[in-house]
Order: sequence, then structure tokens, then C-alpha cells
Amino acid sequence: MGKRTPLYNKHLVQKAKMVDFGGWDMPLHYGSQMNEHHQVRRDAGVFDVSHMTIIDLTGQRVREFLRYLLANDVERLKKTGKALYSCMLNDQGGVLDDLIVYFQDEHQFRMVVNAATRDKDIAWITKQAKPFAVQVRERDDFAMLAVQGSQVRKKLEPLLPANLSASVMALAPFYATWHDDEFFIARTGYTGEEGFEIILPAQDAPNWWDALLAAGIAPIGLGARDTLRLEAGMNLYGADMDENYSPLESGLAWTVAFKPADRVFIGRSALETQRNRGNHSILVGLVLPVKGILRGHQTVSFEGGGVGQITSGTFSPTLGGSIAFARLPAGEYKQVTVTIRNKPLLAKVVTPPFVRHGKTCISFLTDN
Amino acid sequence: MNKIPDNLKYTESHEWVRIEENGTITIGITDHAQEELGDLVYVELPKIGQQLNLDEVVGVVESVKAAEDLYSPLAGEVIDFNAELEDAPELLNNDPYGSGWLFKLKLAENSHLENLLGADEYAKFIAKDK
Repeated sequence: MGKRTPLYNKHLVQKAKMVDFGGWDMPLHYGSQMNEHHQVRRDAGVFDVSHMTIIDLTGQRVREFLRYLLANDVERLKKTGKALYSCMLNDQGGVLDDLIVYFQDEHQFRMVVNAATRDKDIAWITKQAKPFAVQVRERDDFAMLAVQGSQVRKKLEPLLPANLSASVMALAPFYATWHDDEFFIARTGYTGEEGFEIILPAQDAPNWWDALLAAGIAPIGLGARDTLRLEAGMNLYGADMDENYSPLESGLAWTVAFKPADRVFIGRSALETQRNRGNHSILVGLVLPVKGILRGHQTVSFEGGGVGQITSGTFSPTLGGSIAFARLPAGEYKQVTVTIRNKPLLAKVVTPPFVRHGKTCISFLTDN
Repeated sequence: MNKIPDNLKYTESHEWVRIEENGTITIGITDHAQEELGDLVYVELPKIGQQLNLDEVVGVVESVKAAEDLYSPLAGEVIDFNAELEDAPELLNNDPYGSGWLFKLKLAENSHLENLLGADEYAKFIAKDK
């Protein structure tokens, strides 16, 4: 038996197909992964993401610590509630995890890291925090819900606590607002749609879940979470990047703040060496103009020899065809060959995202 | 509860087999299989005239989340396949024993028909599998 979120019994009531995910018993879908995917793009859905790890960092030197710990620069967080996406690197520049960090005040930042990397992350952060006298506190007393979808604002608004409703509705993307430990809500997500992520005390989660469902916000499983994030061009840790690859090799160069040049952060010198040398592998998007499904670990080949590999691939319910991320050697590509069950198929190389806010961002047609 | 019609034969790889009045064989995947796979989005089937060996991989069914090989539960020659599935793979989810059939075989001399499971045996097999 795996670990259970405070909503485990709610998932069973909704007849979820439960699967193991990073040691947690989580809902894969509640009947149809495909319908759930469309539900988020066209309407509104709620994901139980309580398995994710919430960490509060407190201390006089917490900002200084995070500027050292993370590849992105929390100096960019000037306004209260602002969030930042970043990689946390090892000394070799490999990605230990990707995360979101929220600026609450000069002595407190909140961080949300992945579930499967929990033990490793907490050990690493705790070790690095010591010299800065920063307190590292895991908040396993919280549950976390992601409410996402094109129609989510108007469905969520009537449910919000009166003292926060106005500030939630006024949130700009990538900002959070909160009231003590009772309710923390951020305009962030992993679907490419409008939406919010809500952190609240574990014991409050079941009632919130019921209220969200009653408001027509449907339960969505991890299956649709994966197809939604891939369509949105968002990486999955453990598939599209891990400790063996740097952000530069994972389509995440935009999350690395090399400026200012005098900011020391873990992995910086390794990344600079890699950047200056060039010739490192890259992550690209692929679409398959013919029938067939791209999947992780399929081999990719191209003119001039050499091979790459698909890191994530799926059928895209929104586009009605297959999409993928692939890691390829340095170079410029228009099309590549993916071999599926001994059959070579041409795939077009594109720049993700594939879908944002319900709209298609790429073409399946080849350009000639 | 998954449907397991009494008049069909089954395999441990979750195919069903129907012996038609003219002696030909129709093959599909079971209700249990389609439920486990989830929403099906792609199907690759053997071609007419292809000679299939017992337990040979002859195609694939893919859902949003996974690809599963399709095995031939019997030896024989392919005499028809369900062309509708190319554009409507969801038929496999909606009607696995009817419009979601996969392909038809003319049995070889030694087709291994006797290896197949009855409905009761298959029901026990998937209960144990859970």
C-alpha cells in the first residue's frame, strides 16, 4: 500500500482507477482520461496534487540562500506573492528537481517540489541551508488542489473565502495570495489553461473537494495531467530531465539566470562551461503527421547520422495526433525519423508549446 | 464488473475468439482489456492474406497512456480486418465484442483451438490477476 492523500477516499467514491505514483496511491482517471483532458480545455477540472512536497523556508538570510540554491534568480521576486519557476542543480549542473518558489516576505519563501524526489530534495536543501541558518520545514500538514480550465474563474469565485475573494480574482499570472495557514492560492498550473493551485490544511481538503465538484469542477486524474502538460510544452521531471542533464539540454535555458555575472549558484560553473563549449544536446518538440503514437524511449534518427531519443510522447487529445519531446544532439532540425516497431516514420520538429489556452500553436503539416 | 459473454473463447493475453457458423474465426480484445487500457487512440492490424502463427505479435492497440501488443491467439490466414478502427479506435472501448472486433481468420490445420479458455476460466484468470 502506498501513501494516501487526504482525498484518497474521495477518489474511491468517484470510482477512480488508482495507480502508484512515486510511492503514492493516486487517481489515474475517473473513467475516461480523454474526457477529463477535454473537460479541462473546454470547462474546468480539479486535480488532487497533495502528493507534491511543500516546503517552507524561513530565516533572515532566506533570499540569499535561494539565490545560491536555485538556477533562476529569486532577486526577480520583488512583489509579495510573486512566484518563480526554477531548476535546482547539482554541482555538475544536472537537474536535481524543478520547482516553484513563492516570495511571501523577506523571511519566508514557500517552495513546491516534486513528490518522487521528496527525500533527495529535502536532504539536499537542508544540507545547503545550514550555513545560511535557514529553517527547512516540510508542510505535510497541507493538502494541495489544482483547479484548472477555461471556465474555472467563474466557477471558483463563489466558493472563495470572503476575505480573499477579491484578491484572488485580481491575481496576475504567477502570483499568490493567502491568509495565514488557512488558505494559500496561486495563479499557477501545469495544464496551459487558466487556473489556480490551492494549498490548505489537510483536514479542510475533503469539504473543499465536495464543494468544487458541486460547482461543476470535475475530478481529473494524473493521466490527463500528463497529456495536458505535454500539450502545454511543460517538462516532466524524471522523463524530460533528470540529474544527468542540465537545463540547457532540457529546453529550460530560459529558467537559468546567468545575470548578474557575480551571483554564485550551485551548478553555475558547470553550466557556463557547457554553454561556452556549445555542442550540448537539446530538447525539441515533435509532431507526427501520420497515424501512430510517439512514446518515451523510442529512438530518433536524422540525416547525417547520430541518434536521439523521445523523452515524453503521447496522443494529443486536443490535436488528434501524436506529439512528443525528444532529446537530440546539438544541431538544427526540420524533420527526424522515429522508428516505431521497426517502421520508420517521419516526424516534424516544432517549438513547443503545442496547445495554449485551448488554441493550437503548431501545424502537423510539413513545410514543403 | 466486466462483460464476459459465455459464447466466446478467451486467452490470457485478453483476446476473445468467436467461432462463426461457417467455421471462420473473429478476434477482438475483451471488455476487461479495453477497460485496463483506457481510451484507445490507435490500432494496427494484420493485413488480409497474412499468415499468423500462434502467439505471434500481429499488431498493436494503443491508448492515451500505453501501447499493448496484439497476439494472435490462433494460427491461420487473415481474411478480413476491421478497417473502421483506423478512424474510430474508440469502438474498441464502446463495443469490444461487437463493432470493435479486430480481424477474422481462416484457421490453419493445427490452429491450437483447444488451448483457449472458456468464459468461466477467463473470469477466474482476471480475478486472480487483480
